[in-house]
Amino acid sequence: MKSGVAPGRDVTSVSDRDLEPLFTPADAAAVDYARDLGDPGRYPYTRGIHATGYRGKLWTMRQFAGFGSAADTNQRYRELLAAGGTGLSVAFDLPTLMGRDPDHPLALGEVGKCGVSVMTLADMEALFDGIDLGAVTTSMTINSPAPMLFAMYLVVAEQQGASWSQLSGTIQNDILKEFIAQKEYIYPPRPSMRLIVDTFRFCAERVPRWNTISVSGYHIREAGATAAQELAFTLRDGIEYVQWGVDAGLDVDAFVPRMSFFFNAHNDFFEEIAKYRAARRIWARVMRERFGAQSEKSWQLRFHTQTAGVTLTAQQPYNNVVRTALQALAGVLGGTNSLHTNSLDEALALPTTETATLALRTQQIIAHESGVANVADPLGGSWYVEALTNRLEAEALAYVDRIDRMGGMVAAIEQGYPQREIAESAYRYQQAVEEGRTVVVGVNAHVADQEPKMPILYIDDTVGEWQLSRLAAVRASRDGTRVAASLEAMRQAARGDGPLMEPILEAVRAYATVGEMCDALRDVWGEYVERTEF
Amino acid sequence: MSERTIRVVIAKPGLDGHDRGAKVIARALRDAGMEVIYMGLRQTPEQIASAAAQEDADVIGLSILSGAHWHVCARLMELLRARGLDDVLVVLGGIIPDQDRARLRELGVAGIFLPGTPMQDIIAFITAHVRRDTAREA
Repeated sequence: MKSGVAPGRDVTSVSDRDLEPLFTPADAAAVDYARDLGDPGRYPYTRGIHATGYRGKLWTMRQFAGFGSAADTNQRYRELLAAGGTGLSVAFDLPTLMGRDPDHPLALGEVGKCGVSVMTLADMEALFDGIDLGAVTTSMTINSPAPMLFAMYLVVAEQQGASWSQLSGTIQNDILKEFIAQKEYIYPPRPSMRLIVDTFRFCAERVPRWNTISVSGYHIREAGATAAQELAFTLRDGIEYVQWGVDAGLDVDAFVPRMSFFFNAHNDFFEEIAKYRAARRIWARVMRERFGAQSEKSWQLRFHTQTAGVTLTAQQPYNNVVRTALQALAGVLGGTNSLHTNSLDEALALPTTETATLALRTQQIIAHESGVANVADPLGGSWYVEALTNRLEAEALAYVDRIDRMGGMVAAIEQGYPQREIAESAYRYQQAVEEGRTVVVGVNAHVADQEPKMPILYIDDTVGEWQLSRLAAVRASRDGTRVAASLEAMRQAARGDGPLMEPILEAVRAYATVGEMCDALRDVWGEYVERTEF
Repeated sequence: MSERTIRVVIAKPGLDGHDRGAKVIARALRDAGMEVIYMGLRQTPEQIASAAAQEDADVIGLSILSGAHWHVCARLMELLRARGLDDVLVVLGGIIPDQDRARLRELGVAGIFLPGTPMQDIIAFITAHVRRDTAREA
């Protein structure tokens, strides 16, 4: 196995772009400081949205967690908060994400496996038992059934005596990247967009500090996109949501300030940093110039980052700690507002308490020991980083332009365009690994004969059985007439064009299940079936 | 006498939508000269067994990342036996805990591939273990 880079060999970034061996002032000569960068906290926010960088406020250390029953996950949340975590992030299981109750045939073997099972308000009450929702901020990774799970959270907060106007947190609520990449969709694109716009409306009126959407590049990248594709499709998704909100009669500055973003932190250190910087600049300009937004809050792109799960290897799993630390550092140097670091055992299973703690410690060491949080945008002005920022911006804008000409992102998705672009990149990356052009330590280079024995978190089937009995108990104890009436009201609302969140809240209060609520809308809107191609 | 092209059904059972692995392997097998029938997402064991019968598949490739592998594979193997398709090679890729792998092999899942497995290893495994039934030659 050769080490280093052979002379004369083509060198590319992780995204397979050619890369010169040296950058000089000429590469960044076109950058105008005031126009293209600005001080941190100043338009176009290339250098960050806060004038004082992380001195005023560190990023939020938000570790995504969820498994088994609500009580199991509640215990993990208490551990994470006790260990110095500063926000919660809920991972739901697949039946919840897909709007299916645990007794549905497709839920076989899936209950509580990849996240926590939440069927009704009763589970949400148990999930946050003893956790003050007025004091923590919570991110919920939920998309198609986002309004239903958000409504449950609101009702639990209300039970605790917390005012909705004070609640803060995020629902992912980003259906476009589901069609593009992660494929956890229920309804067709257009009614799905209507649900999302309705949450924009509802939160602007009732829960003004809530982040209504986390427009996500993370899953797009995990599905195989390059850095430029991640950047482009995510921002174009953001533009699509803003356009639909405006078309529905909402004022840009009333809902865009509560939109947030979510990016991946992949292996190519400088390419990732440039990606975050380009994202802020593009968003600021698009909001101001294309949508005429007046509020600085509408111009400022805030984002969460998660290290790249797809780079974790089952081989030599301890190497993953190092990968994650480097990726997290890129997120921090790129000015992320919140961060999740993956655990070393995630190519094998969900993380154990020990590996989840080590992942959090990784962030704490970056924050408190490395010194990188002392100065805002410390890499600003690097000829390489500025040139890469320009390059990613140009590539992303070319995609945005192309999707505009296709009639927008919903139209592009219906034509399968971003899906094909990503599948192509994923295959090219795999070929590069197979041919050894891309080195993955422990996989196609520096391979070990013996792998260490890892203790893993094993979720058995007792959760599924427990949830089935809980489901039966909830169904037996609730007012069936109220449930049926609330579901009928949801169907009526779906047939019309009025508010949706209000009837959903009533169904939640009646202890309707996620499956029942999602079925009510399926009855009216049907289900999306994607064209199968590879 | 030429051997017929290996026919592979690729499917993602369960609710999970992460199809990067399934799509990449489908393409790699096709590029290796196999005939690939890609069923896509959310296939039940019943649908997969029917497709294997209809397509006269030599191989079934499953991609499961969600932890549902035990239930899905147990049901699928039962259905394959009932249809007399015991000789179809079943391979599985995904996040499969160590303690489940031996049980799955006992059940008849021939190959289990974890994240990071080179495509060439999977192609070589299929080529080495697939049935060579000349009577079924087209």
